[in-house]
Amino acid sequence: MTARYLGRKLVTLGVTIYVTVSFNFLLFHVLPGSPVQLLARSGHFNPAARAQLVKLFGLNHPLLTQYVIYLRDMLQGNLGFSYAYREPVTTVLGGAIGNTVLLVGTATLVTIIVGVWLGVLAASRAHSLRDATITVGSLGLWSMPDFFTGMILIFVFGVWIHALPISGLMTPGLSNGTWGHLVDVGRHLILPTVTLALVNAAEFSLITRNSLVDVLVEDYMLTARAKGLSRRVIVWRHALRNAMLPIVTATALYVGMILGGAIQVETVFSWPGMGLLIYNSVGQRDYPVLEGCFLLFAIAVIATNFVSDLLYRVLDPRVRRT
Amino acid sequence: MSTPEATPGALAELPERTAARRSVWRKLWRDPMGRWGLIMLAAVLVVIMIGPIIFPFNAQTFGSSAASILQPPSRTHWMGTTELGQDVFRQVLVGGRISLYVGLSATLIAMVLGAGLGLISGYYAGWRDTILMRITDFFLVLPTLPLIIVLAALFGQSIFVTSLVIGLTSWPQTARIIRSQVLSLRERPLVQRVRSLGAGDLRIMRVHILPNVAPLIFANLALVLSGAILAQAALAFLGLGDPVQVSWGTTLHNAFNSGAMSEGAWWYVITPGVGIVVMVLSFSLVGHSLDRVLNPLRQGGK
Repeated sequence: MTARYLGRKLVTLGVTIYVTVSFNFLLFHVLPGSPVQLLARSGHFNPAARAQLVKLFGLNHPLLTQYVIYLRDMLQGNLGFSYAYREPVTTVLGGAIGNTVLLVGTATLVTIIVGVWLGVLAASRAHSLRDATITVGSLGLWSMPDFFTGMILIFVFGVWIHALPISGLMTPGLSNGTWGHLVDVGRHLILPTVTLALVNAAEFSLITRNSLVDVLVEDYMLTARAKGLSRRVIVWRHALRNAMLPIVTATALYVGMILGGAIQVETVFSWPGMGLLIYNSVGQRDYPVLEGCFLLFAIAVIATNFVSDLLYRVLDPRVRRT
Repeated sequence: MSTPEATPGALAELPERTAARRSVWRKLWRDPMGRWGLIMLAAVLVVIMIGPIIFPFNAQTFGSSAASILQPPSRTHWMGTTELGQDVFRQVLVGGRISLYVGLSATLIAMVLGAGLGLISGYYAGWRDTILMRITDFFLVLPTLPLIIVLAALFGQSIFVTSLVIGLTSWPQTARIIRSQVLSLRERPLVQRVRSLGAGDLRIMRVHILPNVAPLIFANLALVLSGAILAQAALAFLGLGDPVQVSWGTTLHNAFNSGAMSEGAWWYVITPGVGIVVMVLSFSLVGHSLDRVLNPLRQGGK
């Protein structure tokens, strides 16, 4: 990977993040119906209070000045002040971000392992009954909204057989850092993770299957078989490596999807992460928190895309050389 | 299936249109996935369109006593009652129309935007392509559901706004797919020849390019549609649905918020949920099948 390529990619990354931040400003501060304007226009204020509010949020400045102030605040890590929590948005986000990373990270791991495995199972006997079962099963799972899958799991494992906790991060009252506490968080993690992983593994298995089926009909696969290699080695070592590229690309888009799923799953299971924060902020019309969450989500997706682009280059020698 | 590969050169003309269109339907029906998708879709449409006429839902029919709330399925209430004593079955029959309506109008917006931008981008190539694709990539990267939630929270939650918001966020993938197809179509000898005969850009796009990407648009349409229905359901479940037009997502929102889960009122959750799954599944079966039938790369591998 040349330094020049990396430099160009970094510039693109910077520009994309800048555009995203500006897009955020446009959404929340410029467009009609933006929260700050709604607040200042609300009929419940007397003129003096309104003037104070307008001054507090800097609405008396021209738009360009507001934009510059907004950018300066961003650079200083100031995302505003939450209406509902009466705390800086960064503090509110800070308390939630770790829980979301834990949930999404675990779910991603399960998704990739299960999804790729199922995809390989389906593709290695393409057009067989097994292939059809996995493909239709994946489509069925993919057609289920994450929140509905979560509700079914709650019924089965929480309400009917009382096997697993269905709400929250841990049982209240346990002392922090003990072994029992860790196990407790782990048990709380199971159902949300399974919910998120089910839907996304379905998507992954479909992508892996299609990509692998395309690779398996290539001439070099015939060569590999002619050399006397076993089916297992051909599929897992030779074919999967070449089929990885679309999977890596899909991973980047997948992050956006799993974050959307996390909003639903965290809501259903009251998992105290950023998804639940978004749900609560929508209910309480806590726009600064909503804005912060959206910005963070967008930047997470952009960053993953960046990494996946670099990975693509490492994985594909044809692209690497150009 | 042994479709002849398109040979490069003058012989590789654009296929005859009507025959091709008829054969697409036949191929779709011959593919088990496509056939089941079409059958399920027909069933869903019949239930949604005719069901509410046979079993009209009156929003004012609340339970008259405490005994009529959250009732399990019975002969009077086939799918039980809600926390307000309303009939779940009838509510779900009516709700399907709203889910489908939002899905369809959002998809229409997404298709016009996506196919239009893809067409322009692929046909003109050059700087217009660069600019349009930069914009497309930007929207492709933005996390869709969070963006939809933000827009709905800012601009309101009537079904009109919801359709608009979902439509405005669902086009980038379509634009990408159409563009790459158009890029290859514009290099075909026929298009070059027609151009040298003096045909204008608009005419070439309308007569020679659009009909040839149309099947691709339809395959993509089915998939975007299932995504749009899912997005609407999620939005309504999170409390951003139209409070007046009760869709399947709204029913699930009410079920979740009224504590039907801990009461064990499975009928309240399963009925609207199955509606969403069947509708989305039928569209995605058709979409995947169309993609399989139409994608020339896939046809080789049998």
